[in-house]
Amino acid sequence: MLAYIIGLLTGILSGLAIGGGTLLVPALVFLMHLPQQTAQGVCLASFVPTAFVAVLTHFRQNNVDLKLALPLTIGALGGALLGSVLANHVDAALLKKLFGLFLIGMGIYEYSCSLPKKYLGN
Amino acid sequence: MNFSFLNISGHHFPHVLRLGGIGLLTGIINGLLGIGGGTILIPALTFLLQKEQHTAHGTSLAIILPTAMVSTFVYQANNHIDWPLAFKIALSGMIGGYLGANLMEHIPAASLKKLFGIFMAIAGLRMVF
Repeated sequence: MLAYIIGLLTGILSGLAIGGGTLLVPALVFLMHLPQQTAQGVCLASFVPTAFVAVLTHFRQNNVDLKLALPLTIGALGGALLGSVLANHVDAALLKKLFGLFLIGMGIYEYSCSLPKKYLGN
Repeated sequence: MNFSFLNISGHHFPHVLRLGGIGLLTGIINGLLGIGGGTILIPALTFLLQKEQHTAHGTSLAIILPTAMVSTFVYQANNHIDWPLAFKIALSGMIGGYLGANLMEHIPAASLKKLFGIFMAIAGLRMVF
């Protein structure tokens, strides 16, 4: 039941474009006591079917720039191999700290993005 | 079927390298931290490459989908995926995503974003220390 509630809430945040996926990992770690790697694996696996439907919709609406996507995808696939092999071979405690650092950065970014433009220098 | 998009020689070579570099960074974040990577890609597409918001979203998702599939494969090969749990999260997440997208007009997203920014930073601090 807890899993459905976590999925529903982070899904709502994703729908609102407030980084639901980013919050799914700490939710799984803190509320469901998953090891860091498993929390990240579950986050990735659950992202695929949702993204599939979303990509089909965007594709039909001509929102996909394929010429731009190709070199970006080639780089991203290489990066994904590199990153995921690394993630699966480092200590869970270290990976958790790394994720935490990223989360702090994201939090500051989300917070400052929502401030009115006059506070941002331009 | 039009395969003209395969012709990357239409880009200047350094531009292709820059795109590959942005892609590489997105992929590393995706694989290493297990999150989408749209957080890097969408600002890169809108600010650096001046793409419109809806094109940035669609293109970013089209890049992240195969990327997440590769990462998922590596996590699975290392036995780091709980599939029954992933299924429950995906199912409820889709319903949530639909609700969220429809709530968008009725919710002060900016103040909510601020609140969750603070929330993220606190969760991050707890993970570091």
